[in-house]
Amino acid sequence: MSNMSSPVTSENKVSPAPTATGGAAVVAASTPPPDMIAIKVDGKTVFAPKTTPDPITGKPIPTTMIQACALVSVEVPHYCYHPKLPVAGNCRMCLVEFGTPAMGPDRKPVMNPDGTPKIAKSPRPAIACATPISPGMEIYTNTPGVVDMRKGVLEFLLINHPLDCPICDQAGECKLQEYSVDYGQAQSRFVEEKVHKPKRVDLGPRIVLDDERCILCSRCVRFTKDIVGDDALGFVNRGSYNTLSNYPGKPFDNNYTLNTVDICPVGALTSKDFRFQMRVWFLKETKSICTSCGTGCNIVMGAREEKIYRYEPRQNDAVNSTWMCDAGRLNYKWIGRADRLKEVMTRSLGGSAYASSWSVAIQQITAKLTAAAAGSVAIVASARQTNEELYLLARLAKKFGAITDSVPRLGIGDKLLVNADRNPNSTGARLTGIAAAPMGSNLAKIADGIRKGTVKTLIVFGEDVTKHGIGADLLAKLETLIVSDILPNATTSAAHFLLPGCAHAEKRGTFTNVKGRVQRFMKAVESPGSARPEWEILHELVFNVTGQNGFVSIEGLFNQMASDIPAFAALKWAGLGDTGVTIQI
Amino acid sequence: MIVKRDKLTFWEKLYVPAIWGGLKVTMRHALRKNVTMQYPEVKWAVPPGYRGAPYLVKNQEGRTKCVSCQLCEFVCPPKAIRITPPGPQGAPGAGNVEKGPQAFDINMLRCIFCGYCQEVCPEEAIFLMKDYSLTGLTRGEMVFDKEKLLKLGGVHDDRIQKWEHKAEEAAHQGVAP
Repeated sequence: MSNMSSPVTSENKVSPAPTATGGAAVVAASTPPPDMIAIKVDGKTVFAPKTTPDPITGKPIPTTMIQACALVSVEVPHYCYHPKLPVAGNCRMCLVEFGTPAMGPDRKPVMNPDGTPKIAKSPRPAIACATPISPGMEIYTNTPGVVDMRKGVLEFLLINHPLDCPICDQAGECKLQEYSVDYGQAQSRFVEEKVHKPKRVDLGPRIVLDDERCILCSRCVRFTKDIVGDDALGFVNRGSYNTLSNYPGKPFDNNYTLNTVDICPVGALTSKDFRFQMRVWFLKETKSICTSCGTGCNIVMGAREEKIYRYEPRQNDAVNSTWMCDAGRLNYKWIGRADRLKEVMTRSLGGSAYASSWSVAIQQITAKLTAAAAGSVAIVASARQTNEELYLLARLAKKFGAITDSVPRLGIGDKLLVNADRNPNSTGARLTGIAAAPMGSNLAKIADGIRKGTVKTLIVFGEDVTKHGIGADLLAKLETLIVSDILPNATTSAAHFLLPGCAHAEKRGTFTNVKGRVQRFMKAVESPGSARPEWEILHELVFNVTGQNGFVSIEGLFNQMASDIPAFAALKWAGLGDTGVTIQI
Repeated sequence: MIVKRDKLTFWEKLYVPAIWGGLKVTMRHALRKNVTMQYPEVKWAVPPGYRGAPYLVKNQEGRTKCVSCQLCEFVCPPKAIRITPPGPQGAPGAGNVEKGPQAFDINMLRCIFCGYCQEVCPEEAIFLMKDYSLTGLTRGEMVFDKEKLLKLGGVHDDRIQKWEHKAEEAAHQGVAP
């Protein structure tokens, strides 16, 4: 009863590309490189690295069976193991059978008659998450024995589980559900009363805990202790009454609590924000970037019918590992606000605003800009705009010799993910030449220019300049004020031309984070009313004003920008992939 | 293709037997019990297992059985069902059930009476009942909301009462549900 999977073809199988763990599994050669170990997973030869970095300290530690299995895409069911957390080994779901080369009394490997090393099967199984691999080891993940063990572990886990999937937010992305389908029984053999534990425990401002659902995997405990450094959670009581709890009187309220909801394999930890809002299988998932600070965490937006329900972190080991902060995660509600700018508005000098249309407004703006004298135009563009939009604005600025700047936004950073720079694209604003050095130093000059009357036309993208030194009294002096924004503010109400723009969830584009990683994001929902992506508006304006034709697709526009701006050189939209590319800044 | 006709036999050429056979059929129907109903004055007796309009039910305790798990909304082939979940606060007064639909609409113009919603429901909260003739003067009228569905659905005698038993067990162990 050794290897039950098909060993006939597996020898020649090409293993998948090197994975994020840094190891490469190579099958073609017969002897492994010096820092690799040759093992077999279900009959497939794998070259796995001898050591892998510890997820917390980064020190090399021996590669485990589960990591070696992952190299050849063999999934070993598990609950407590998480690739980014220390190993606990308490759920026992990843039990596998294995064997090692048999040694003779002379300490030499015993050979089979056909010359292959004789494998001595271990009499006991081992947990794949905590057992290091050794040369020549064979791992069997699919034998009837292993399947029986999984069934047994699962039956134990389900003894006190309330089975309230119909009201559980995790349903649909629950590991307990998934493995119950694979290894569960239709009928429970447990006839005693289930142990009941508190439901709806208020752990902190963003987390509700359902203790009955908890399978005590301790992922949340390890995450908050070892990743965040806030030793807030722990287990109390014993046996069947073992319960997850926060320290009495100390709320679980650090800025990373909602990650525990993501890593919870069951529905024990639930987000108060997402609780009972929508079933997860309705959510359309779009790869995007968080815009709340300069880190640019990779996220997945969950949306249904043009409404965003949640952000979740997406793995990118170069940026955010698999985490994101709570502040960034919950910063999405403004996208669906009812007072979003939806219509193109025009206002004659001193008159009241009236609704216009894109074709008319663009025509009028073109006429105004073409007539504008060189040096009489200023541009304030937010560092929340995309690289492509800032690049198009920079081309407009070049045409007029305009004075340009962005608005700096500083907060308090932390050592994990939150950056002090709260603009998602400060680097992009600098690289495209929109932002002054230091950012914001030109704002006073622009205000001065308006006061003196040298600046007659102001183009504002995505900022309320009245809060940054260019007050309403100065805006009233302007001959032309062109504003594009998403939400109404004092600047938009003073605009002569108001162009409703799109949130990042409603368009495509790229941001450059503080470390110079260029990352693209995709469109999750439709924009409200007649709002259009800013790069589309700008593309028309640049064409009308400068006469230079550009690209009408975001892909072409990005590639054009990359060839124009030296810092982005050699980048291609398609080459950015899902996790982006780091450039020298 | 040419179909070759068989020559009629003498017996067939007579025609009398064929006329006699026809008369037999006519007489049989003339003497049979009448099957045509005077609908709508006379209503049809709906057979058991008939798939009529889907309605929501309450249990004998008066609790709306639906917990807004949205499986019926997911499985509904014509997308006739639309449920609004209760949101973070849960359903008011739901106790240990926690969830219940804030709104539950079935567009009866879209419904194809397939019965998937009844089949998929983990709470036995929606049943295809005997109503087969739904009429309305506007399209809006044909979208049945939660109150209307519950009123039409009535009470379903729940033999399992799992939530009530869970609450009892928890209370017995001294844990607030």
